[in-house]
Amino acid sequence: MSVNSQSLSPFSLAALILRRDLHLAARRWDQVLQPLVFFVVVITLFPLAISPELSELRRIAPGILWVAAMLASLLAADALFRPDVEDGVMEQWVLSGQPLAWLLLAKTAGHWLLTGLPLVLVTPLVATGLGVSSEHWLLMFSTLAVGTALLSVLGAIGAALTVGLRRGNMLMALMVLPLEMPVLIFGARAMDMGLHGEAVTGPLSLLAAMLLLSLVLGPFAMAAAIRISIE
Amino acid sequence: MNWVWFHKLASPPTAYAFARALRPWLFWPAALMMIWASYAGLFVVPPDYQQQDAFRIIFVHVPAASLSLLVYSMMAIAAGIGLIWRMKLAHAVAAACVLPGAVFTVLALATGAIWGKPMWGAWWAWDPRLTTELILLFMYLGYMALRASFDDIGRADRASAVLALVGLVNIPIIKYSVVWWNSLHQGQTLSLFGKSAIDPSMVTPLLVMLLAFLMFFGALLCDGLCAQILRRERNAQWLLKQVQ
Repeated sequence: MSVNSQSLSPFSLAALILRRDLHLAARRWDQVLQPLVFFVVVITLFPLAISPELSELRRIAPGILWVAAMLASLLAADALFRPDVEDGVMEQWVLSGQPLAWLLLAKTAGHWLLTGLPLVLVTPLVATGLGVSSEHWLLMFSTLAVGTALLSVLGAIGAALTVGLRRGNMLMALMVLPLEMPVLIFGARAMDMGLHGEAVTGPLSLLAAMLLLSLVLGPFAMAAAIRISIE
Repeated sequence: MNWVWFHKLASPPTAYAFARALRPWLFWPAALMMIWASYAGLFVVPPDYQQQDAFRIIFVHVPAASLSLLVYSMMAIAAGIGLIWRMKLAHAVAAACVLPGAVFTVLALATGAIWGKPMWGAWWAWDPRLTTELILLFMYLGYMALRASFDDIGRADRASAVLALVGLVNIPIIKYSVVWWNSLHQGQTLSLFGKSAIDPSMVTPLLVMLLAFLMFFGALLCDGLCAQILRRERNAQWLLKQVQ
């Protein structure tokens, strides 16, 4: 970046980070596709393991989608900060004098665009395979969009804590999954209620409230964790 | 008021000496109270009109469950103090809290299962309280796993402190998510759970047992803190003098 970063407003700074991450992703498509393929593969396991009956699958579809989304976001989160830490970009960010929490939030937003949003967009496809009819697409889009964003923030905290370690994958699952359980509960609940024709505003609002809380507090935890990880 | 003695506690030699001196004053009263409360709980308190003698496990179950949450909060607060004021001793306290906390959680789950089998007819039910306790155990285990994966003790301290604080913010969310999770679903009435307006004769042994558990934890904390200090200060002069 040849721009004098001291004179940038926080928003153009975030835009620069987003643009950089999207550029990088455009040149490495496999990294965007992998979580997506993983998501679809995990969902395929359930009909094989439980029952191919559509009526049965329709009943547990919210749970399947949410568990698969959680695992996919967990696996994707490991690669969130690792390349930047390994090639020294993160060190420059820490030294740049810019608010690290804000930079990391922008980074996480980019991560969600690349790994969370595709999951949301592909959901109708897999949901149809689980016997969910098309009238529920909006419901699935909204719950999964909020939920995957929340999963991205929580995963980013875990990724920031383990980025200094050589093998952090299993450890991250151990740390992050318990913290993500409320997301699973409210997300699957909202979807389940919606599929039964009930109002979903309750669990969906709670999910959104949790997202706002995590957006406010999460970046500071990430920044603290990154500083510890790269020292 | 002079706070020098208090600030001195933050130095390892003073803390070490303090913890060693304090330990017997916590351990022996706790042991005596435990023996008395066990006796009172097992023999003096009359059997419950509904649960007969099975309810007597309450004298272990409730203190263990209360402490499991209390210890987590304590650990997170100590870790936060260590992180914010860069106080090494606070990190040592947090490190000493983990194992007792995890064990109390396991104990609460185990005694709950043993109690649940005759009362509910099942070892386990996905009741909000049980589920929250199980997630709490996972959080302890995650904290331990993170702490164990750093070679450098200073980094282990700070990284696990961040995790403990994130977990502390999350505990109310987890608790209420789990409570609503079940109540939204269906009104599963598992309120056999001692809601039979606890009898006054049970209260005293229970409170004594709770206090005994607290003091026992205090003694364990002293031991753990001494062990942590020994490990962290193993090359320090004062320690060599103390040991010789």
